[in-house]
Amino acid sequence: MTMMKKLLTSAVASALMVGGAQADISDNTIKIGYLADMSGTYRDLAGPNGLAALNMAVEDFGGKVNGAKIEVVSADDRNSPDVASSTVRRWLENDDVDLVAGLVASSVSIAVSDILEENDKLGIVSGSAASSITNEHCTPNHIHYVYDTYPLANGTASAVVKEGGKSWFILTADYAFGHALESDVTRVVEANGGEVIGTLRHPFPTPDFSSFILQAQASGADVVALANAGADTTNAINTASEFGITQSGQTLAALLLFLTDVHALGVEAAQGIQLTTGWYWDMNDETRAWSDRFMEKTGVRPTMVHAGIYSSTLQYLKAVEATGSDDAQTVRKHMMETPINDMFAKNGRIRADGRMVHDMYLAEVKTPAESKSEWDLYKILRTIPADEAYRPLSESKCPLVSSK
Amino acid sequence: MTMIFGVPLAVLSGQLLIGVINGAFYALLSLGLAVIFGLLKIINFAHGAMYMLGAMATVILFDALGVNYWVALFLAPLLVGVFGMLVEYFLLRRIAGQDHIYSLLLTFGIALLVQGVLTNLYGVSGLRYAMPDMFKGGINLGFMFLPYYRAWVIGVALLVCFGTWFMIEKTKLGAYLRAGTEDAQLMQGFGVNVPLLVSLTYGFGVMLAAFAGVLAAPIYSVTPVMGSHILIVVFAVVVIGGMGSIGGAIITGVLMGVIEGLTKTFYPPASSAVIFLVMVVVLMVRPTGLFGKEA
Repeated sequence: MTMMKKLLTSAVASALMVGGAQADISDNTIKIGYLADMSGTYRDLAGPNGLAALNMAVEDFGGKVNGAKIEVVSADDRNSPDVASSTVRRWLENDDVDLVAGLVASSVSIAVSDILEENDKLGIVSGSAASSITNEHCTPNHIHYVYDTYPLANGTASAVVKEGGKSWFILTADYAFGHALESDVTRVVEANGGEVIGTLRHPFPTPDFSSFILQAQASGADVVALANAGADTTNAINTASEFGITQSGQTLAALLLFLTDVHALGVEAAQGIQLTTGWYWDMNDETRAWSDRFMEKTGVRPTMVHAGIYSSTLQYLKAVEATGSDDAQTVRKHMMETPINDMFAKNGRIRADGRMVHDMYLAEVKTPAESKSEWDLYKILRTIPADEAYRPLSESKCPLVSSK
Repeated sequence: MTMIFGVPLAVLSGQLLIGVINGAFYALLSLGLAVIFGLLKIINFAHGAMYMLGAMATVILFDALGVNYWVALFLAPLLVGVFGMLVEYFLLRRIAGQDHIYSLLLTFGIALLVQGVLTNLYGVSGLRYAMPDMFKGGINLGFMFLPYYRAWVIGVALLVCFGTWFMIEKTKLGAYLRAGTEDAQLMQGFGVNVPLLVSLTYGFGVMLAAFAGVLAAPIYSVTPVMGSHILIVVFAVVVIGGMGSIGGAIITGVLMGVIEGLTKTFYPPASSAVIFLVMVVVLMVRPTGLFGKEA
């Protein structure tokens, strides 16, 4: 009897929810689930401070949108697609989460995007690098913000080749992200008249790079490129400086470096390294003002991912406010139609494949003499316009693009 | 130029030397594990955390008090050693004589706690530690550029390894230690303070780990998670050498460094797996390890 009653009530309730979703906000709450690596390798570039950035966007709305309460839940994905999948499934199926934010490891984002599509909910990827997230793995249910491997390769590799670095040796982290970066870099180097004379795939993570650096040195290439991330990159840079890579006339190119990595290396070891970034805290008054606010809460300067999490949450809430709905497709459609203009991006737009394209920046790490304070780390050399930076839709393998 | 399997001899010599350097490092770390297991029968899963504490202490002592590298080389292991003795006195002692799994779980828990607390305080990006001035630069050996610091690491690590082996296997103190763990009651009867001996042994074992941590500070990213990566490799080294065999841990450590180095030259993607492959083969052929005593 009670069983029957339960079934009936849940049937009625879900019928009501489905019916109401198009027009208004279900259960009068906007629930945001923040999923990121909170304790491992990628903690500092997003992690707990990313949650703080997300909460800043919620604060800007006074904790309410159209009278509906904004609730934030968070979880540690431990960089495991399995952990991430079960968490997101619970969030979407039992806890009525409307938006999944954060999303750092590429493997996690790809796994989560499938579950988002199954449940027709929205996700915004802010931390991942793989460009395949909006290419082979695109869905109508996720948006990729901040950056990906395509502009990283485009920005840094083309700049270094133009400065005369013709022959390249690439040290690649041996997993999906590294492979994607390696192939993007190879394409850019060859397109600019350079040549990749050797690649070496190292295990992830690698604590000691001396053997690999020695091989890169012996290759005689003009440029030693690092297609890896986090501790692998900082370890490789440290070892390269120990073994005198730059003194022997080779250029070191790090393809993915976050502000937190450069801060950890220090300007002494990292000076002169060129990198591509989606945002830098010290670009203008707007970015500085927001970064001051962020620093008050966290004690550190924000990475591009922190800024992206704030900006994407803000844009999401604005779309909910404008449409009066929390239905994934309604909100996504509105977000795609509205240009993004905030402290993170100017005239950013979300394409049919879910890629948010915006200007990227080629930066160089300052020398100890130029750096005035602890976080005064980059000088911006060049702005890479959005359309030049990202993979053009004409090259896209995303089915959403061809059906458009 | 002479080539061996398509690799120039000069490059190969360089890789062999690098292998020996990394091997010396493995030897130092597995030595502490072997001492603790061989004498106390504790499977010390906190060993990676102790290594990390040694490195973190070096950086923190420098940042907060300006303690230089040479002082840290003694002070950091000493502090970590005292911490280890406290852990032994308050926690490990309570499960003495129980199945190995208890000490494994307890030390693993301690490692996670220490790692978690430090991650919250310092993040995971890594702390900066500058190379001491006298070690800057290196020497060109003809076939490779050898940074001075790496030469120092290999020398000091092998010296400490040999000293430890000598002390435990060849001196009276070592004999007490071995006897105390063999038959505690009898040694107690001879008036030897066995519980103190046990504390000191554990403290000494983790000091070796912390010492390796200090050596690592100028060349590797110092982060709260640095120990968790290396722990498993070092355990494999100890298993290959024969659990508890002190000389075995040292020789196997150097050997594995070289094997790993060669793999890094001929087929890099397998370099993190090769040690485990060796472990599987050794366990199949000689379940007690290369230098382990027959059970």
